Amino acid sequence: MSDSTAIGHGAHAAPVDPHAGGHAEHPPYLRHHFENVEQQADAAGFAMWLFLLTEVMFFGGLFTAYLIYRNWYYPAFVAGSHQLNIFWGTLNTAVLITSSFTMAMGVWCAETHKKKGLVLCLILTFILGLGFLGIKTIEYSEKIEKHHVPGFHYSLQSFLDPDSDAEAKAAGDKPMALDMARHTEVYFSLYFAMTGMHALHMIIGIAILGFMIFRAQAGAYTLGHVTFVENFGLYWHFVDIIWIFLFPLLYLISRHPN
Amino acid sequence: MTDQKEMEESQHHIVSPVIYIIIGGSLLVLTGLTVGASYLELGIFNPIVAILIACIKAVLVVLFFMHVKYSSKLTKLTVFCGLFTFLALIGMTLSDYFSRAWGTW
Repeated sequence: MSDSTAIGHGAHAAPVDPHAGGHAEHPPYLRHHFENVEQQADAAGFAMWLFLLTEVMFFGGLFTAYLIYRNWYYPAFVAGSHQLNIFWGTLNTAVLITSSFTMAMGVWCAETHKKKGLVLCLILTFILGLGFLGIKTIEYSEKIEKHHVPGFHYSLQSFLDPDSDAEAKAAGDKPMALDMARHTEVYFSLYFAMTGMHALHMIIGIAILGFMIFRAQAGAYTLGHVTFVENFGLYWHFVDIIWIFLFPLLYLISRHPN
Repeated sequence: MTDQKEMEESQHHIVSPVIYIIIGGSLLVLTGLTVGASYLELGIFNPIVAILIACIKAVLVVLFFMHVKYSSKLTKLTVFCGLFTFLALIGMTLSDYFSRAWGTW
């Protein structure tokens, strides 16, 4: 997956010349333990998919927990869901899908050796990723202001007295019994765990994107060796898929509880 | 060198931008659809429609953005195995949780 030999080739100097055996010329990015470039790319792609499968299992645990608790504490999860803002959620979904599109275009630019296009696509993906996190920050700050972050300062106000809360009132929530209202904290725990884990993946992805923008400007990915860009694309699209499922589960499916 | 380059490109399928534009557009349209559907009163079908649209979107992303449609059989098998294992695990866990109390009341 490393691209370290893609540019600045010429390190095959003394003391041992690995090409001394007289084997055929090969592209500088082909490692010696691979037969050919295709085998190398296949191995890297396969490994990337195995990594993504472990990620599927990791997020799968969170999704399963969400489904089980939603089944147990259904009224609390419905009321909790009404606190989320569909507008920001939809906008964020659109931002993330667009960033996936620009990333896919980036892979195409790398494959067709378009350096300027690749740099542009990576920068756009970078900006859209930051935009997603920015919108998420707005949403999180709303939760903080209303004391909907699980912990010592968690407030049941919106659920015990829905008329005092704009979102709960708009959704027509009825006052909840104390023991069920307390379980809204479970909803927000899962909300922050799932969206927070997703946001952490975004932050890691954006950091790698920043690195890739500099490498792309140096021409690292447009000389025929696209594995790094391609596999990063897989990661970025995977993070997009997680959000594609988080969005309906957290925001949409509890609008009409009956 | 040139031969190798040509050989490499002939084996590596490049997905055209037209497909990316179509898929990206479809994903945005489906997002609009799922938000619209959430405002309708569909009863039990509200979550079903939402999850179904999410699955369609995920399949589009996996097949085209992630190139699985154009990938080797090994990649296709890997993705399928992962999905199957995930569904088996989540299915068994949920059926246990939802049926454990049956017959005890």
